[in-house]
Amino acid sequence: MNLESFLLMRSEIGLLAILLLLIIFEIFSNKKQKAAVIPFAIILLAINTALGFLPLAAGELFGGMFRTNALLYFFKTTLSLGVLILLLQSADWLKEKVVDENKASEFFMLLISSLLGTYFMISAGDFLMFFIGLELATLPVAALVAYDTYKRISAEGAVKYILSSALASGASLFGISLLYATTGTIYFESMAEILASSNLAILGFIFFFSGLAFKISLAPFHFWTADVYEGAPINVASYLSVISKGAAVLILMILLFTVFKVLMPVWNNIIYAVIIATMFIGNLFAIRQQNLKRFLAYSSIAQAGFILLGLMSVDQLGATTIVYFVAVYIFSNLGAFGVVQAVSSFSDKENINDYEGLYRTNPKLSLLMMLALFSLAGIPPLAGFFGKFFLYTAAASKGYYILVFIAVVNATISLYYYLLVVRAMFLRQSDQAIPYFRSPFYMRLGLILAAIGILVAGVYSPLYDYIFSISNTFLN
Amino acid sequence: MDILSLFVIVPILIVLALTFFAKDLKQARLISVVGMGIQFAMAINLIFAYLKERAVNTDIMVFTKDVVWYETFNIHYSIGVDAISVVMIALTAVVLLAGVFISWKIDDLPKEFFISLIALSSGVFGFFISTDLFTMFVFYEIAVIPMYLLIGIWGSGPKEDSAMKLTLMLMGASAVLSVGILGIYFNSNADGGPLTFNIFEIAQVNIPVAAQNIFYPLTFIGFAVIGALFPFHTWSPSGHASAPTAVSMLHAGVLMKLGGYGVFRIAMYLLPEGALNWADFFLILSAFGVIYGAFGAVMQKDLKYVNAYASVSHLSLVLFALLMFNKTAWTGAILQSLSHGLLTAMFFALIGMVYGRTHTREISKLGGIMKVLPFIGAIYVITGLAYLGLPGFSGFVAEMTVFVGAFQHPDLFRRILTIVVVSSIVVTAVYILRMVGKIMMGPLSNEEYKDLPKATWFEKTGLILLLIPVILIGVLPLGLSEMIKESLQPFLERLL
Repeated sequence: MNLESFLLMRSEIGLLAILLLLIIFEIFSNKKQKAAVIPFAIILLAINTALGFLPLAAGELFGGMFRTNALLYFFKTTLSLGVLILLLQSADWLKEKVVDENKASEFFMLLISSLLGTYFMISAGDFLMFFIGLELATLPVAALVAYDTYKRISAEGAVKYILSSALASGASLFGISLLYATTGTIYFESMAEILASSNLAILGFIFFFSGLAFKISLAPFHFWTADVYEGAPINVASYLSVISKGAAVLILMILLFTVFKVLMPVWNNIIYAVIIATMFIGNLFAIRQQNLKRFLAYSSIAQAGFILLGLMSVDQLGATTIVYFVAVYIFSNLGAFGVVQAVSSFSDKENINDYEGLYRTNPKLSLLMMLALFSLAGIPPLAGFFGKFFLYTAAASKGYYILVFIAVVNATISLYYYLLVVRAMFLRQSDQAIPYFRSPFYMRLGLILAAIGILVAGVYSPLYDYIFSISNTFLN
Repeated sequence: MDILSLFVIVPILIVLALTFFAKDLKQARLISVVGMGIQFAMAINLIFAYLKERAVNTDIMVFTKDVVWYETFNIHYSIGVDAISVVMIALTAVVLLAGVFISWKIDDLPKEFFISLIALSSGVFGFFISTDLFTMFVFYEIAVIPMYLLIGIWGSGPKEDSAMKLTLMLMGASAVLSVGILGIYFNSNADGGPLTFNIFEIAQVNIPVAAQNIFYPLTFIGFAVIGALFPFHTWSPSGHASAPTAVSMLHAGVLMKLGGYGVFRIAMYLLPEGALNWADFFLILSAFGVIYGAFGAVMQKDLKYVNAYASVSHLSLVLFALLMFNKTAWTGAILQSLSHGLLTAMFFALIGMVYGRTHTREISKLGGIMKVLPFIGAIYVITGLAYLGLPGFSGFVAEMTVFVGAFQHPDLFRRILTIVVVSSIVVTAVYILRMVGKIMMGPLSNEEYKDLPKATWFEKTGLILLLIPVILIGVLPLGLSEMIKESLQPFLERLL
């Protein structure tokens, strides 16, 4: 293996280098310098993200276990950008609460390991690599969920997460073994050629799918979501809802469109039912939530249902739209979680009622929250509108008009509960409104980046057209 | 920059100017009034430019421009106007400018009020100039969503619930509409061409009748909900009653016209066979809406509710006329849209002025206002008379044209419906005359009303701005209806 082909793993190597540098920093820094790990890690990740904008050739490594192409590379850069925004938004929380306990560099190491896991997971060329990536992406997050060690709810969330994810991984692994039993291979490409529609293959697929459905929190595998989000620190909940969900959606799409294409008549019906169940459950439960973290948890379940609409068109259009929507969704959700984080670290308040009158005291934060929520609800000219409309288009292109109709009904339901938050911030006035505060520099930068994404990613059409031009790279 | 895109860009610039430069009410309203004044001047200029261009240019749309937006989906930012859009743009500009004058004294969060109002207007203007389904849909939603804040923050009464109901019903309708639009889009290659969102390219395609029958009602209802089609009108009375004055004006005067315009330009024009097959069903609904709205208005005790129900009645008449499928009725429908837009805006403005002084909108508590507020009283009487169709004002011209057109139809069913609908004029006279008589004439109902402040200069300006076109249309309808009739030609070719 020469250097050139080794550089196909540039993004992964970059993350590994960051991890090593963080360890070295941890060893050689004294107690006073510990806080410096925050800008250090952020700058390193920013450099790695910036490098992601350089072009990279497509190719395979390790005999096809690892593969990369323009679409995966674009997606990795998007995830990296998302984590960068997330780190910016968490910097303040780390400085206030975590540095004193001497745990700040672990936070970065765990988060970046998990990101590395998602990279390997989406770049996998066989099921072994996929599984290793999946575990690497999952396990560090369990530790992160329990980061507020002395909070009971946080520990409870972590236990819930690790148990459910162990079960889900087990189910996935069992499904993979059944698929291996029918085809005798674990490589995606050769399995795509050999796999035929047999009962064993279908069973294997269903087990495999339920494991991934857990990661994406699709109904009926969504039960862990709200509790874990509520228990976890806000930035970890935010990571779960955008990064790990987005990566799982992408690999699900790649596998459905290539390896499991022959089983399409089967998975089409499954996805159809799962979409409807996920959207309704997410939306109807979100209406009743008071805690913003639980609220965003159910909203993100509903959003997952929308994302799957793109799977219904098994073609380039669906693939493009899913990647585009995930990118847009990352910005929108990070915007919303970022505001919750900012308000929470100032005032420790996380309920919708606490936001009453927020506009009159903190207009900019409220405005950003409204933009993020409207983008999630799909209101033009924000990016979320374009994402959703194109998802409808993808599903309608194969004639699933009834499904699209159900989806638009759900979009209207979701608008209701997003408006409840807007109502609290803008329409209500309160004597106990959260007083004016100015967020620290990193937080503001993180929020501004999210806002730019929300405002620009939709109206600026070349982004979508670019994804379209690279999205056929895995569809043969 | 072309003459049409400016209608979208100028409001955006004003919004930016307001965001960054306006410090208090005075600066906010100064920026708004200047900006909307420019917008108004542009609209007047557009009418003359259009007439000049039309003399030499026989295309369906003039001042066209086409820029590719989303290449993958063949989405374009394509714009153009015909006479129908031009008069709607003019209507919007007038009502908007008057609305800014009427909101002169808004005290709570003035900057945000004008920002929302003007952001909304960019959506409305964009909607009227678009000739691409997707772009049009985007502008439509931009026009609807600021309403939530406008009613919710600056409204009165049960404002939160009214705002939520209005927003959810209108956005729900637009969600249904998006399915209809996708249906049209994926059938636009029925003759083998590429998929397209362009209205005039789709009009060249023969969409299969089965598809038309499915997607026509979705598209029709999607637009008609904002045009107060019975039984989807329920957002309108509570929404208008709770909204602040300028917002009621703009909503009833302009936004509800988006419904009729969309029904005509999208649903009927692109899906002609579907339109014919579903005509009877929607005709009955809209005829029922005319009668129901009129009787509903008679029963109300609150001035704003009277006007809201009257709007349901008058806008159902627009849909009714559109579904009559002949040139005269269509001309009438557009004239009715214009006339109702101006008159209902005047009514809401006047109600706002009376309410601002007496703090009540209950008919039974008001009386003899004419004696203390002669200017407002006089305009109120004029508006009432114009509303019920007195010759010399726009209302008469519009309704007359609608009924003449509707009755031309040889079909017995339609003639009977027309006769039923004509009877609504009598009911309109009942509620208008009763209301005007009770609150304006007679003895002063409350001694405290003696010293009510007279109309201020900005209130007068707003009212006169609206009154001038009402009289112009009433006295000189011929030029306008000729201009509109010319633009109906493509619709006639496609639908008859």
